[in-house]
Amino acid sequence: MSAEVVILGGGVGGTIVANLVAKQTQDRAHVTLVDATGIHVYQPGFLYVAVGLEQPAALNRPESRLLRDDVSLVIERAMRVDPAEHTVYLESGRRLRYDHLVLATGSRTMMGEVPGALDVYDFYTMSGAKRLFKALEGFQQGTIVIGVAGIPYKCPPAPVEFAFLLDDYLRARGIRNQTEIKLLSPLNRAFTIEATSKLVQPILAERGIELTGFFNVESVDPVAKTVTSLEGETMGYDLLILVPPHRGQEVIESSRLGDERGWVPVDKNTLKHTEFADIWAVGDTTNIPISKSGSVAHYEATVAAAEIAAEVKGEPAPAHVYDGKVMCFLETGQGKATTIRFDYDHPPVSPAPARRWHWAKALFNKTYWHTVPQGRLP
Amino acid sequence: MSITIAVTLDLKGLSCPMPIIKTAKAMKTLAPGELLEAYATDPGSVPDFQAWAKTTGNPLVESTQLGGVFHFILKKKEM
Repeated sequence: MSAEVVILGGGVGGTIVANLVAKQTQDRAHVTLVDATGIHVYQPGFLYVAVGLEQPAALNRPESRLLRDDVSLVIERAMRVDPAEHTVYLESGRRLRYDHLVLATGSRTMMGEVPGALDVYDFYTMSGAKRLFKALEGFQQGTIVIGVAGIPYKCPPAPVEFAFLLDDYLRARGIRNQTEIKLLSPLNRAFTIEATSKLVQPILAERGIELTGFFNVESVDPVAKTVTSLEGETMGYDLLILVPPHRGQEVIESSRLGDERGWVPVDKNTLKHTEFADIWAVGDTTNIPISKSGSVAHYEATVAAAEIAAEVKGEPAPAHVYDGKVMCFLETGQGKATTIRFDYDHPPVSPAPARRWHWAKALFNKTYWHTVPQGRLP
Repeated sequence: MSITIAVTLDLKGLSCPMPIIKTAKAMKTLAPGELLEAYATDPGSVPDFQAWAKTTGNPLVESTQLGGVFHFILKKKEM
């Protein structure tokens, strides 16, 4: 009898786990991936959609085309997991029993948690990115404020990258001299990582992007057009772009598998649930205090898949565990970018911004579909 | 005179920038002059607490370390 491996979520992490477990176990496991929409979305592209550098359609592919033929795809919402019964309940009432379960449901954005955030824009969802681009196309002059309304959020460099891409966009339209860009940071520097902040802060200054530190967005007054911080400061805006608060998905919360924000507690090396030995979580879904990003989901997925395959085959647990590896690109505008690499034991390093990192990111964005979901990159 | 702590935060195991953000949130609930103490394990929290105190005007009245745990006491500024 083959083992039942069920994966919730068809993003980067879930798709890689599904393909790798199927590949590594062959007919000894039956792999099922459950996804609410059946559409795989390349989320790093939202940033580019928001400034008109990418077409929305280019970021979507049917999940069925990214999965191996021997992975069963169920396009339906998972409502609840019963860890005692080892069962997932789907919206239709259908049940899936599992021997191994992977939670790869990711995060959801909650702009509604920010009081007054009614006329606020964001680039954290496809609809948000499209709406923001439309607003930018009609923008002629005034102050654009970019802030963070909750931590953790996906892709920590994104607000800084967006500020640079926005600067490029406004310059290309010839209206940069009648606009101001203000970047609000939760800390007293541009970015959590000190080394990267030192690299990007002079470039922000050079481009005339004003950085305000220790401004954790608490509320918005859409009538007065002001945004107020936890620290008690208030700032005016003509167009406000916020990173929305994030939390885990409803299925995690309704199954009580996560913490108070719906993040699943796992061992930071094995990615196994701290309470249930047959449940793993990867990517944004976990409570590990590390970047919520595609690269983390990718690296974690390869580890979780190898552990599950070993258990299915009755082999000892693989020696390779997740070491906290993170790799991010950071666009610095004007056709240049840098990278940020670190893990649990090695502090972050970033090379000087160069054209080759921008092209590497652009190339990755294009080749993603053919390499990442299949687990072809290490 | 004994020191009364109004709020104690356990921020151990959290990494940058969570300790400072949880602290900023908790400080909002304090009345002027009240004290908040926080325990953290992220070494980056030491410069972050110093900088946050300086920027926001809420004095950092204590910053000590004992066995890998950092202890901070912040005082809510007078209005």
